[in-house]
Amino acid sequence: MRMRHIFAEAGAGLRRNLTMTLAVIVTMWVSLSLFGAGLLAQQEVGLAKGKWYDKIEITVFLCSKAVAGDNCTPGQDATEAQKVVIRQTLQSNPEVSAGGVYFEDKHEAFEEFQKAYKGNPLEGSLTEDQMQESFRVKLKDPQEYAGVVSSVAQLPGVQAVQDLKQILDPLFSWINLLQWGTIIASALLLLAAALQIGNTIRLTAFARRREIGIMRLVGASNFYITLPFLLESVISALIGAGLAAGTLAAGVYFVIIRKAQVSIQSLAWIGWHQTILAMAAVGIVGILLAVIPTLVTTRKYLRV
Amino acid sequence: MIRFENVSKVYDGQRRAALADVNVEIDKGEFVFLVGTSGSGKSTFLRLILRELRATQGNVYVAGRDLAKLHSWKVPSMRRQIGTVFQDFRLLPNKTVHENVAFALQVIGKSKTTINRVVPEVLDLVGLDGKGDRRPDELSGGEQQRVAIARAFVNRPMILIADEPTGNLDPATSVGIMKLLDRINRADTTVLMATHDQTIVDQMRKRVIELDDGLVVRDQSRGVYGYAT
Repeated sequence: MRMRHIFAEAGAGLRRNLTMTLAVIVTMWVSLSLFGAGLLAQQEVGLAKGKWYDKIEITVFLCSKAVAGDNCTPGQDATEAQKVVIRQTLQSNPEVSAGGVYFEDKHEAFEEFQKAYKGNPLEGSLTEDQMQESFRVKLKDPQEYAGVVSSVAQLPGVQAVQDLKQILDPLFSWINLLQWGTIIASALLLLAAALQIGNTIRLTAFARRREIGIMRLVGASNFYITLPFLLESVISALIGAGLAAGTLAAGVYFVIIRKAQVSIQSLAWIGWHQTILAMAAVGIVGILLAVIPTLVTTRKYLRV
Repeated sequence: MIRFENVSKVYDGQRRAALADVNVEIDKGEFVFLVGTSGSGKSTFLRLILRELRATQGNVYVAGRDLAKLHSWKVPSMRRQIGTVFQDFRLLPNKTVHENVAFALQVIGKSKTTINRVVPEVLDLVGLDGKGDRRPDELSGGEQQRVAIARAFVNRPMILIADEPTGNLDPATSVGIMKLLDRINRADTTVLMATHDQTIVDQMRKRVIELDDGLVVRDQSRGVYGYAT
């Protein structure tokens, strides 16, 4: 009996404010879709970042007869003893990943050069002996390159360390900006959705103020008075969240699985695993977004 | 049943007390008129009993409970022991007479069986048998007030509070309402009625508590509306 009455009240509320209910559902749908898309974008950025980071190396170029440098003896290659010191310095650095130091000798460098400049007039311009030896260093966290660079830059025998700062810093700041932008945009939309729910509940409460007044007078419990409102907003939120979840699934299927994954295979792409997590987050946020404004709004009307 | 001990009520932002140091005790089964001009503190008095307001000073006891110490989540169960009737009836216009009375029971979780048994009984008691399917706008003012009384009384409260119940009714209809309240009082329900209706007070010869400017200026058993008459 009790529950039937409560469901009847919630249903009546939804019908009475049909246009507002639709507005709430659409706002929820759009904002939760964007929120979910933001989560997925963040996951995608994370995946892409990880894949890209794996390829990032620091290159420590050694002195050779052909190039000049502050720590070089002009006209001479770096000595074996200098190479040992440089290698040890790199390997003992905690930011360098285990086994992440690779030595490229002149022969390999020449092969790389020939490959890179095949068919180019420069191809025959250099000899193997003019090539530069180098250490290729992999880092545990590519954002922590500065310490590694400074630890070897001044060692004798080091001609130059490839300066990643100029390349990486703008990249990292763009990625961070993108992630924060997504989060802030969806947060604003979710705030709008929450305010709209609060307003709808306020309207419903106003429309039902006679009933509420009588319920309070005859001693209906606060829970009993609140429940229809709660159900009303949770039902709208669940419909909105369901539509948002469907939108996300469709987006992932048609844009990523069918298109992007096929045409851009060099990047890692998010899949159903991340999508399901994002859909769950959308559902939870949707329910919270309905429950919290409803409780805040109805509290005002239920103060005894 | 109802006891005011040194009760004062000052509304926020006002200097003058709406009630000042009121001491009143109303026993179980009493019928009490609360009289006084508008603004004398009658409504404040009633709202303190319902705990729609809290006393600024002093203690209000209802059915042995100190309302100052009553948790707000216990207020609903306290209110189930008090029936309330107003000048403007406060019926739900889109519900029938039966539904209006049943509503008071539904929202406190009574079973459908109980409701279907009790509601016709109480409609019969207030003299509305056979009118359960009407809507409020099809009834006269007196009949609407009977519906309101039925709703207030259907849960058999210990106390019935009536705030100007005859304020919108003509004298003949008012007499009928007073007979009904008297009958409810004889069923051992404490009745507290705020009124301006001099004729009714003079006819009934019940206890009269008069408020003036927040003070109890008279508390007289078998009293009349004013000293002058």
